[in-house]
Amino acid sequence: MCLAIPARIVELEGDSAVVDAMGNHFHARTTLLPNVKLGDLVLVHAGFAISKVDEEEAKKTWQLIAEIDEFRNTQNKVSG
Amino acid sequence: MLEQILKAQKQMDAACKAIGRQINIMEVCGTHTVAIFRNGIRPILPAKLKLLSGPGCPVCVTDQSYIDAVLEVAQRSDCIVATYGDMIRVPGKGGSLETRQFSGNVNVVLSSEDALRLAKENPDKQVVFVAVGFETTAPATAVVVKEAAEKSINNFSILSGHKLVIPAMKALLSDERNKIDAFLCPGHVSAITGYGVFTVIAEQYKRPCVVAGFEPMQIIEGLAEICSMLSRNQSAVKSVYSAVVTKEGNTTAQKMIAECFEPADGYWRGLGKIPASTLKLRPEYSKFDAFKKFGLSKEPVENKTGCRCGEVLCGLITPPECHLYGRICTTQTPVGPCMVSSEGTCAAYYKYQRPRRK
Repeated sequence: MCLAIPARIVELEGDSAVVDAMGNHFHARTTLLPNVKLGDLVLVHAGFAISKVDEEEAKKTWQLIAEIDEFRNTQNKVSG
Repeated sequence: MLEQILKAQKQMDAACKAIGRQINIMEVCGTHTVAIFRNGIRPILPAKLKLLSGPGCPVCVTDQSYIDAVLEVAQRSDCIVATYGDMIRVPGKGGSLETRQFSGNVNVVLSSEDALRLAKENPDKQVVFVAVGFETTAPATAVVVKEAAEKSINNFSILSGHKLVIPAMKALLSDERNKIDAFLCPGHVSAITGYGVFTVIAEQYKRPCVVAGFEPMQIIEGLAEICSMLSRNQSAVKSVYSAVVTKEGNTTAQKMIAECFEPADGYWRGLGKIPASTLKLRPEYSKFDAFKKFGLSKEPVENKTGCRCGEVLCGLITPPECHLYGRICTTQTPVGPCMVSSEGTCAAYYKYQRPRRK
């Protein structure tokens, strides 16, 4: 449940942001991180940015998600 | 990467040798539990190093009386229940939220903000948010309760089932039967609380604590760090997740929790009543308390199913030791919450550790 996804802030108005994670855009609130700015990478948990994160860490997580996704697709193909 | 793994294995072997008995490390985060199974970390550990899955999944530790309270609200035609998807299948008295979904008043939301939006869009209904989760999720609830107060959105309320990690760790260690030597601490809870909060566990209870992220290498490094402390007979707090976690944590989020909630005694599945371990709305926000609004009970109810989730959560037994596991209780027909939740220990065992049919 405490899963969080790294995403980049691509739009920001007050504490309302649009973030980008691996090309997916979604809405997130930045109420809990008042000092973020456009372009920052943040960890998003249940619709809220909870922490900043560095580029390297974000890439690692994205890669992991992509691998799981790829694995699932392969499994689907095998099982028909 | 291989080099790192070999180095970590060396540290773990050395600790097992130095201590000369089985070492038990408990993870207190459901996301860690799943990551450990999914990445096949258990098989590469020394035979004498055992991982225990603790009370780290919010769904699993939620007491039966809370589930029943949620179901009671779901039966009212004047209410809409807004819940995170994790809670939807947990069985309670007379069904689960999933079976209630047909009545049209159960909505799955991805954030607390969506729950508040439901209240704005349905002014003739009472919207009740199923507010579960640890310190990671609690600030998000606090934000919307404050917003509801500011904007006088009076058809919104919450059932606070929020819980705090440290009191649970203390409760586990106070049980004489505990076999815990150290803790692998939750990465995202720590992003909020800061790793400094574990100092009490390391110093007073003499159990090393290491905060780790969720990638396999992070977890292995975390375990190796714990082992190297254990072999030196040292107990301290360390973090291998410096990309996200600081010592102080997210102070804005902490302030938000403190302004909205106060610690209260509360019931945990398996652990019973733990002092100051749950979050209750402060008196100034009590009109958003759904327990009060609808006169719902928080008193624990007796578990008659024979489910041993409680002992699993304390690391006292492994899931296969429960006689329901794999027979009556499966991921398709879960009896207890540890099998319902995708982050539950029983579900992780069932999914990843069960012998496959040839």
